[in-house]
Amino acid sequence: MEIPYTVAERPDTGLNNVKLGIWLFLASEVMLFGGLFSTYVLLRVGAVEWPLGAEFLNIPIGTVNTVILIASSVTMVMAYASLKLGDFAKYKTYMLATVLLPVLFLCIKGYEYYEKVSHDHLPSHSTFLAIYWTMTALHGLHIIGGIVVNGYFWGPGSKMWHVKREMFENRVEAAGLYWHFVDLVWIFLFPVLYLL
Amino acid sequence: MSGSAEEVRKHIATYKKIAGALAVGTIVTVLASYLDVSVAIGITIALIIATTKASLVANYFMHLGEERSQWLMVSLGLTAVFWLFLMLVPLWTFSDHIGVVKTLPNANAHEMAEGEEH
Repeated sequence: MEIPYTVAERPDTGLNNVKLGIWLFLASEVMLFGGLFSTYVLLRVGAVEWPLGAEFLNIPIGTVNTVILIASSVTMVMAYASLKLGDFAKYKTYMLATVLLPVLFLCIKGYEYYEKVSHDHLPSHSTFLAIYWTMTALHGLHIIGGIVVNGYFWGPGSKMWHVKREMFENRVEAAGLYWHFVDLVWIFLFPVLYLL
Repeated sequence: MSGSAEEVRKHIATYKKIAGALAVGTIVTVLASYLDVSVAIGITIALIIATTKASLVANYFMHLGEERSQWLMVSLGLTAVFWLFLMLVPLWTFSDHIGVVKTLPNANAHEMAEGEEH
């Protein structure tokens, strides 16, 4: 028995279940990161003093990471567009880029973390560093999750393209929505932590 | 994204423009951080630019601008309301003394007072 409405739109919602499901999941993610941003606001407003991001964080490195993540969002949407055009080879190329770019992001983030640890800038050092480590680490875990999912859709999961084309397109679209959300979070995280 | 190959190619042209806009937005964000303004104005500028970039991603990359499902709009609308409430709660907590300079108590005040007496 097939799960209904994985391709066809439900008459009541006007969406297929995949799309509605991923958007509801993203709504919960908004509250997850929203809670942490709210914590940041509370800690900063209540603090006697708060350091400038540049005192602890490297702005050029953060900027490079921002560009990398935005680029991966572009390659993700291009991968989906290639599927809609029926160009599987281009899809594979763009999806591979979407997997490799965040790996580069994590390598750079890992270097940043290494520098922090070697200078004893741990979460216990200050409230600013505590919130920095918490938010960027949670975001990093989301990136790892995205790499795993996108890697699956580039690799073994892409076999579905040859069997159930539209279902595969919908799955890639859902993965894309998640990936753009991860990028969105960094678009706010970078200025809040690094620049303010 | 639905439709013919022609529509998909139009979308691709749009994606490239949005990518350029996001790159420019990132540069502007970094440059704006070097402006000599107060913290409050700095935060406002940064959040306006970030919100603009986020809207471009949501509207064009996530195709939210093309969605017509009422279920989706109501769900996301409720999410936005709850998120705004979440952001405002800590500010309301401090609303009676935002901007008031806090001074730390002098830990040596007692000894200093004793010293003055002698």
